[in-house]
Amino acid sequence: MASTSITVEETAERGLLLARADDALVLGHRLSEWTGRAPLLEEELALANVALDLIGQARALYQATGLDEDALAYRRDASGFRNALIMELPNGDFAVTMARLFLVSTATDLYWRAAVADELLGPIAARAEKETAYHVRHAAEWLVRLGDGTAESHRRAQDALDLLWPYTGELFEPAPLGPDPAALRPAWEAAVAPVIARATLRRPADGWMQSGGRSGRHTEHLGHMLAEMQVLPRTYPDARW
Amino acid sequence: MTDAAPPPEAPIPLWEVFLRSRNGLAHKHVGSVHAVDATLALQAARDVYTRRGEGLSIWVVPSAAIVASDPADKDTLFEPTGSKIYRHPTFYEVPEDVGHM
Repeated sequence: MASTSITVEETAERGLLLARADDALVLGHRLSEWTGRAPLLEEELALANVALDLIGQARALYQATGLDEDALAYRRDASGFRNALIMELPNGDFAVTMARLFLVSTATDLYWRAAVADELLGPIAARAEKETAYHVRHAAEWLVRLGDGTAESHRRAQDALDLLWPYTGELFEPAPLGPDPAALRPAWEAAVAPVIARATLRRPADGWMQSGGRSGRHTEHLGHMLAEMQVLPRTYPDARW
Repeated sequence: MTDAAPPPEAPIPLWEVFLRSRNGLAHKHVGSVHAVDATLALQAARDVYTRRGEGLSIWVVPSAAIVASDPADKDTLFEPTGSKIYRHPTFYEVPEDVGHM
């Protein structure tokens, strides 16, 4: 049977756009998985809003590659995705979801701010930064309340930070084009530390860091996620709304 | 990770949401949200009630802080005004020069 997968001819520009787009799409899809099962109606809408912001950012970035955005999202195999591994981890509990959104959005917001002057990313970055700044605020407020809440919520929030921390190094790996993620690390540390302190949580120690997503070496979770996300367009390649 | 039974929870406070859609207009009641404190109530109000560009400003007020009239007092409070049509400003001739009022 013919494969429904596409392969992308990668240029440096496309590599940059795909890394950012896949970050947004994969995290956006993860957040959309909360729809129908969030702890509160209010939070359900908040998470759906964030998911839609991210998917909108992904669309703009995919379109900038000059390739078919639907094919990029629905017809690529896991090894073709360039997202950081932290995006594809399962949602876990609410603490993991919020801690990830906080750690990632804080880095992404700094990245978009640096990218406003970038020739390729500039137009997308300006809008994305405003959206991302709100994601940071929302997730930070939750992390503080979970960490400084009950013994149970504190334990879960600390577990979430400990689980996610080894995946944060990849957010700052140097990239050949665009703003240098490595240069954003001090600002990220400075932004993250006071929130973790307000949340009465302990900043995990920097140890060995996970890596591989940017070159297509993913965790098993991405394949499962894509199977669900892509099953319909792959089964009915010409399906229309 | 999500299969542990949630512990019994205290009810989450309710907040009334008021939006001002344009400068010069008054804040208008649009609904309510549940939130554990004022900051999260503002965020919830933003996420629930301003998804389509409805607002420039949000107020949230603890629902418990609102003092409401008793529906049973309806007749006493409001019915007497029904017979006092002279309180409506409809008995004045508006001079043409005034234009639209």
